[in-house]
Amino acid sequence: MTDPTTADGTSIDSRIEELIGNFSFLDDWEDRFRYLIDLGRKLEPMDEALKTEETKVRGCTSQVWIVDEVRPGSPPTLHFIADSDAHIVKGLIAVLMEIYDGRTPEEILAADIKGAIGKLGFEQHLSPNRANGLFSMVERIRALAAKEAAAGA
Amino acid sequence: MASVETMRTPTAGDNSVQAFDVERVRADFPVLQQSVHGKPLTYLDSGASAQKPKAVLEAMDEVYRTCYANVHRGAYYFSQHLTDRYESVRTKVAGLLNAASDQEIVFTRNVTEAINLVAHSFGNSLSAGDEVIISEMEHHANIVPWQLLRDRVGINLKVVPIADDGSFRLDAYESMLGPRTRLVAITHTSNVLGTVTPMKEIIRLAHKAGALVLVDGAQAVVHSKVDVRDLDADFYAFTGHKLYGPTAIGALYAKAELLKEMPPFLGGGDMIRSVSFAETTYADPPHRFEAGTPPIVEAIGLGAAIDYVNGIGMEAISAHEAGLLAYATERLSAVEGLTIYGRAKEKAAIVSFTLDGIHPHDIGTIVDREGVAIRVGHHCAQPLMERFCVPATARASMGLYNTTDDIDVLVRALEKVKELFG
Repeated sequence: MTDPTTADGTSIDSRIEELIGNFSFLDDWEDRFRYLIDLGRKLEPMDEALKTEETKVRGCTSQVWIVDEVRPGSPPTLHFIADSDAHIVKGLIAVLMEIYDGRTPEEILAADIKGAIGKLGFEQHLSPNRANGLFSMVERIRALAAKEAAAGA
Repeated sequence: MASVETMRTPTAGDNSVQAFDVERVRADFPVLQQSVHGKPLTYLDSGASAQKPKAVLEAMDEVYRTCYANVHRGAYYFSQHLTDRYESVRTKVAGLLNAASDQEIVFTRNVTEAINLVAHSFGNSLSAGDEVIISEMEHHANIVPWQLLRDRVGINLKVVPIADDGSFRLDAYESMLGPRTRLVAITHTSNVLGTVTPMKEIIRLAHKAGALVLVDGAQAVVHSKVDVRDLDADFYAFTGHKLYGPTAIGALYAKAELLKEMPPFLGGGDMIRSVSFAETTYADPPHRFEAGTPPIVEAIGLGAAIDYVNGIGMEAISAHEAGLLAYATERLSAVEGLTIYGRAKEKAAIVSFTLDGIHPHDIGTIVDREGVAIRVGHHCAQPLMERFCVPATARASMGLYNTTDDIDVLVRALEKVKELFG
């Protein structure tokens, strides 16, 4: 098993718990959306050149692009850059970044993301299309992590 | 809009078709009493699929409870009884479209199946180099079957451009018609722009050039009276679920002389005259094109939907919807940053729009929280989205049960969208 904590000393589970805490603090749907949209606004900008057919995520109703880069270290971790043309999706990307960014591929693959999304209560706020899109993004991140793990990142 | 308000409060004792009471109509649709996210449902997605009146639900329920059996088979009472009722719906559909005979009505699952049927049974008789003309505002259901035909037999597919206001460009169309044009397949009403195409003229010009015309009537039959004989349409397809009927039942109208010459599309039971391993002969139209057990109860439901719409009167429905369209156009135009796509003079009660800087999916998600159901996306018309350089639009499509209040709720919800994303 890999070390459950990363450079910043937090485990993937504790970050998920923190996110759940932040969202459950907001009991009104409007405030939750406001918070989500706000998170999306703070997302690291993505270079337009990175938005290609190859980096595009299929299965999303709006356009989504995700790329990863390996950050050297021991162990090496993954950094993701992602964007969407829809505000709420950008917010969802920001949430996934909170969970996945700066993690080792093994940590990413081991995280119980379905459980986390369930606890965040997103499914009740998102249309089935949107929820599918969210899982498509998760699948892409996991595929990138699996590829990097196989490459020995 | 005074005209709509007037229609909502008919004078007592007025039983003419003009006495359109939208509140009484709404009471016929149980689902409209529902709440979504704690808000009353505001259903503005009838262009995708319309809600069903009690008359349809009860007719279907009654068949299952009291006389269900397969059709065209048994010698026993229920089967014969239901066969008669099923076939009587064919007569109702013929009446709806003013076809010359119910033998010109082929039941299909939907418009998609009807177009695929024509693309095979008629399309397969075309040769390499023959031309099929469609338009830029077609639904994928009226694009992909022709591309498949192109791959099978090598036809050329030509696309009529549309004008910036979403209207059909008759001039461009006329110049495309030629000696190799065999079929013109055009929508009667755009599902995205609401544009009502000049179908009578489209057909007249096609016939002059020696080509046949297939009309995609999915959106048209629900908004206005259709007369296939007046149009002189060769093929006309519509679907039941947009006409307040059930899903999985629609119809293809085709002129009798065309159907007579066309080979079957799907093979199986019910479409044969006799079967042996050496040779099978086929039934006459329309049954030749109806292989397998049909959606029997859905057909009964469609019959009930046609009766329901006829009971209200298509003219009254058209007038009500014209009032709604005018009101919606006026209210939505006043929303800052809102762009409407499709402003053709002849237009059905469908309004596609975008809000500056806000993705249509974001619009859809937020208005949903206010109980408002609209369609967001490419509406199965990706080439049209490309034509207007947008990835998607939001679309409010209205039906006979919508009110000006529904539009007000939508506009308020859009103000909330703007506030959230602004």
